[in-house]
Amino acid sequence: MSEQVKVLCFFLSRKKSLSSGRCAGPSFLKKRSKKLLLVVCVALFGGVAHATDGKYLARMADCAACHMGSDGTLSGGRAFKTPFGTIYATNITPDAEHGVGGYTDDEWVRALQQGVARGGKHLYPAMPYANYTLMTREDALAIKAYVMTLPASAAAPPANQMRFPFNIRWLMVFWNWLYNPDHRLAPDSTHDAAWNRGAYLAEALGHCQQCHTPRNFLQGPKKLQAYAGAVQQGWMAYNITSDAQTGIGAWSQADLATYLSSGHADGHGPASGPMAEAVSYSLRYLTGEDAQALAAYLKTIPARQTTPLPPPVHVAEDDLGARIYEGACASCHRLDGTGTETPYAALAGDQTAMDPAGINLVRMLMTGGAVTSGQGSFAMPGFARGYTDAEIAAVANYTIEHIGQRVGRVTPGAVAKLRSEVPAAPGGAGT
Amino acid sequence: MILKINGRSYDVDIQPDMPVLWVLRDVLGLTGTKFGCGIAQCGACTIHVDGRAVRSCVLPAGGVGDAAITTIEAIGATPEGAKVQKAWLDREVVQCGYCQSGQIMSATALLVQTPKPTDPDIDAAMAGNICRCGTYVRIRAAIHEAAGA
Amino acid sequence: MTVHRRDLLRMAGLGAGGLVLGFTWPGLVPRRARAGDADVVGPAPTAFIRIGATGPVMLIMPDTECGQGIWTSAAMLIAEELEVGLDQVSLIPAPPDAKLYASPALGEQATGGSTSIIGDWTRLREAGARARIMLVQAAANQWQVAPASCRAAAGVVHHDASGRSTPYAQLADAAGALPVPGKVALKPQSAWTLIGTVQKRLDTPSKVNGSAVFGIDVQIPGMKIGTVAACPVLGGRLAGIDEAAARAVPGVRDVVRLDNAVAVIGDHFWAAKQGLQAANPRWDEGPNAQVNSAGLVAALAAATQHPGAVARDSGDAPGKIAGAATKLEAVYELPFLSHAPMEPINTTLHIRPDGADLWVGTQVPVRAQDAVAKEAGLKPEQVVVHNHMMGGAFGRRLDVDSIEQAAAIARTLAYPVKLIWTREEDITHDLFRPYYYDRMAAGLDADGRILGWTHRTGGSSVMARWLPAGMQGQLDPDAVEGATQTPYDLPAMKVEYVRHESPGVTTAWWRGVGPTHNVFVVEGFMDECAAAAGKDPIEYRRALLQKNPRALAVLNLAAEKSGWGEKLPAGVGRGVSVQYAFSSFLAHVLEVEVTPRGEIRLRRATVAIDCGQRVNPDTITAQIEGGLIFGLSMALYSDITHENGRVQQSNFNNYRMLRIDQAPRIEVHQIDSHEDPGGIGETGTAAASAALANAIYAATGKRLRRLPFGNGALQSS
Ligand code: FES
Ligand code: FES
Repeated sequence: MSEQVKVLCFFLSRKKSLSSGRCAGPSFLKKRSKKLLLVVCVALFGGVAHATDGKYLARMADCAACHMGSDGTLSGGRAFKTPFGTIYATNITPDAEHGVGGYTDDEWVRALQQGVARGGKHLYPAMPYANYTLMTREDALAIKAYVMTLPASAAAPPANQMRFPFNIRWLMVFWNWLYNPDHRLAPDSTHDAAWNRGAYLAEALGHCQQCHTPRNFLQGPKKLQAYAGAVQQGWMAYNITSDAQTGIGAWSQADLATYLSSGHADGHGPASGPMAEAVSYSLRYLTGEDAQALAAYLKTIPARQTTPLPPPVHVAEDDLGARIYEGACASCHRLDGTGTETPYAALAGDQTAMDPAGINLVRMLMTGGAVTSGQGSFAMPGFARGYTDAEIAAVANYTIEHIGQRVGRVTPGAVAKLRSEVPAAPGGAGT
Repeated sequence: MILKINGRSYDVDIQPDMPVLWVLRDVLGLTGTKFGCGIAQCGACTIHVDGRAVRSCVLPAGGVGDAAITTIEAIGATPEGAKVQKAWLDREVVQCGYCQSGQIMSATALLVQTPKPTDPDIDAAMAGNICRCGTYVRIRAAIHEAAGA
Repeated sequence: MTVHRRDLLRMAGLGAGGLVLGFTWPGLVPRRARAGDADVVGPAPTAFIRIGATGPVMLIMPDTECGQGIWTSAAMLIAEELEVGLDQVSLIPAPPDAKLYASPALGEQATGGSTSIIGDWTRLREAGARARIMLVQAAANQWQVAPASCRAAAGVVHHDASGRSTPYAQLADAAGALPVPGKVALKPQSAWTLIGTVQKRLDTPSKVNGSAVFGIDVQIPGMKIGTVAACPVLGGRLAGIDEAAARAVPGVRDVVRLDNAVAVIGDHFWAAKQGLQAANPRWDEGPNAQVNSAGLVAALAAATQHPGAVARDSGDAPGKIAGAATKLEAVYELPFLSHAPMEPINTTLHIRPDGADLWVGTQVPVRAQDAVAKEAGLKPEQVVVHNHMMGGAFGRRLDVDSIEQAAAIARTLAYPVKLIWTREEDITHDLFRPYYYDRMAAGLDADGRILGWTHRTGGSSVMARWLPAGMQGQLDPDAVEGATQTPYDLPAMKVEYVRHESPGVTTAWWRGVGPTHNVFVVEGFMDECAAAAGKDPIEYRRALLQKNPRALAVLNLAAEKSGWGEKLPAGVGRGVSVQYAFSSFLAHVLEVEVTPRGEIRLRRATVAIDCGQRVNPDTITAQIEGGLIFGLSMALYSDITHENGRVQQSNFNNYRMLRIDQAPRIEVHQIDSHEDPGGIGETGTAAASAALANAIYAATGKRLRRLPFGNGALQSS
């Protein structure tokens, strides 16, 4: 029996009255129209009213990023490789047995704020409860109400495969003691309402730090390097502190807001990998106000320098890389990287093309990716199956040199390593 | 939405994210532009937007604005297009012909930009156009011929 | 000249007025002979020419134009004897009618196997000659002169003595009333004005200005456009869809569920595609959900450990090998392949209670007609087939699976529907060239001469599925074509075939059929024998070709023109292959470079071909060039693999094609031959991979026996 199922069995034997009073349980919720569930909250920050319906909040909290299952519901199943083992996203659909259908409000809030699932099982911090803990109870419950209106799925995700001692869940108590603040975000009166709203979006809901802040050996965030960028799940989450060279110090707030809500901004390249997913599932729904607020907040994050990119150089072009680029890449990105077919094809200014190690570039070349915004869906196919390690390394280095103006250092060995770790997308899915 | 195609204005009622390829083929009946892959890997759908070769299968119609679209149906009216078409027939390039609309559009854009292309120029400009029938050797020869004419 | 595709409808009833030429093809048994229809049982009449009172001379093309230029060559054969210029003719695809248009070489109305010219060589010239004789006779009757005193030229009958002349159009009615001549004398080669000359292809002008109408371009009033997703695992079923979500997409009109597929129909392809995505089909994957490539290959390898059906056994080869000074053994493998013609699979259909129209590009019009009739519950003659130009076929359009599927969808709809597969659907739901697993062995004497040669090939039988009557017991003759008859004089040979069907994969004809498989194996292994003997690969082959002058001649020509033996830079090598396939002889020398990081660069290909009498020599060169590129693309990249029952390749990003910057220089040298014509459409493809393997060996010393080669086989990491 999987751990999740055990937890649920344990829980199903208990019955606890609902504390909120607004909801009479999942069966009731399923029948009610979404409108009824809109929770009109008192604006918490600076008296500004915000759209706080559960759907919007759930999107901003980006539950789908992790929990979206292969059946199109939030049935989980996605694997997250951590140094301690593999964690699978849980089923958070209203299914009573495999999902969260039986959660009381208190249980739900406890899971979000303290990382303790129903039945007392400690969640692993792949679930960003260290961020969600900053969320208000009202918002947490609004999300719950919304989630309960979604289709249920009886899919049971695989059991986590954690190595000893990390498979002992109660040890998370100590992790939480170290890293989970368990308090709500307090408004900062030294900043305006928009900034405070941005802070709430970034810290409580959007959990940007989850990817963008490096982690220590215990997978806790390194506070002193908040937002300074980190490699997560094989992708580089860039430095988004205000450092002018290695962060977003040189971006205008307007560009940043555009990038966040649409996945690209002129001169900065497209979002890719998990950031593209964050846009597709979450950030594209940002209201214009919230996009500006989030950008305003991020722009105030203190500069932290990471290893600066080497200065631009002109290097001899690699003919293998050039030929592959001409055949497979230039159709969208054009020979000079100015990409005109879609705004997402413009590579100029894209950090991905400037990183000499090509971390995100190689990932994109291998697996491709897609971003959905208000302008439609834009996809890049993956090339892993059609091209050799040497060819992918060559075209990556060519791109870094030709577009990013840096010396690429991608080796076929690095590509081979990634190939063994990342299964190529199966055919037939469409790209 | 108004699209300028082959010197005419068309008022089309479509979603802005619809690729130009399908506007041309299925809304306007201009079927000379072909569908081959839908992911910008084959070049069969190549058109010109303000004279540049563009893959219409990934080009959202909403992004074209008032730029001028030219398709295979009208490329013969341009001097380079006419030269390319003539060279294509002189050199007997075509086999099944399905890729050739795109090949001709790419070749014409190349000649507009680079009137006397070298072999590497040709390779760079034409590598995005797949020909399953394998007419590459003749495409190269025909482009040289068109450039010389 | 113009090619009229839609004129066929207007031509309904070929017998109504004018000259419609019928003649008898001996030995042709009609596929669909109806009981009680006595006059069609046995050898059937054929109609290739229609001359009306106005308009151009119409030539009815029995072969479908897949891009190989057959229409031009076929028209040349008729026009040569009919005495019309190619600028005076109009070409029309033959309607489905096995009695009239079956290929003499294939026994049914199909275009494939590089058999078109072989089959047309006599019948089309005779058709032209008969029509000319009748037209001349009609003129002679009119003028009251002897037919021998008249001559025909450029569509006009002349009587030089009296200075009179009359165009064919004015003679057609009278000619049509005359009896069809029996045996006719054909023009001697010395009198040919078209055959053997370079003629411009007739189908190309419309293909350079966008006006050519391929199947996918058909536009029918009231037509809607749909796209389809079938279960990604063969044998699986549709479990569920979000129909409401699909219908909510703007422009979506209908959603059609089949047992194993779902189609979404809209105002345009984009709506249909978006709708299909929204439909989010879910599958019950069925019994093949666990199929994976490693398992398929292991099972095939195991099957070939046992003896198979014997295709050839001469001179006790196993015994000779056992006693030989040097013994060689090797396993060659060829992967499943997708056809991936540039024009994705598409079918346009309008099914009504009383009849149907089918617009499609097919290599098998009769099978297409039958497929629609069966699905729609109609009689075949109620289904009108409008056959179209094809954006490549390569064997894919010899099957009608997509037409059956389209008919199952269209019969539920009241309007005409064009169903287009995405490229992803096209590749993942192709019918694949079989995976072949070949065990080779040879014994050499002390001088390196071959004493015995055994070849056991294993794989799926396309023949058993597609044309069961073509099986010879357990032997699929296609699977061993090029293996049983090599060009060489080998003292002892044993060739066997092990039929092994892999679950979850349907196999089909693929350009080059048997020879594309066996030339690679035979010529690769021949090179291994030469290397073991310490001999130059061409010298070694020459010694075995002394009784085969045509093969020897092409080998010598290719060797000379390629500069064989000249010193090459480091990392560069030349490989050779010789073949007799599709009744043509071909030798190929390929020069490649292998870079230090394992990249294979194709530098130069030199081909010598003797395909017998040539019809349109430039088409021969074009077919060798194109066929070679097709084969080299396959040899470098093509590989269809399965995981969890699903095909792992989907589009040109992962089912890769050779591009222009990789194309070698290609020289084609033709032997001026007057033997019966052979086929050329697949010859170049069959010639590609062995010379490549042998060139790589020459360049690097590495012997590659498993296709494809460009996926890291030579990579140094
Ligand atoms: S269809 Fe647009 S590039 Fe292939
Ligand atoms: S001519 Fe057939 S694909 Fe190019």
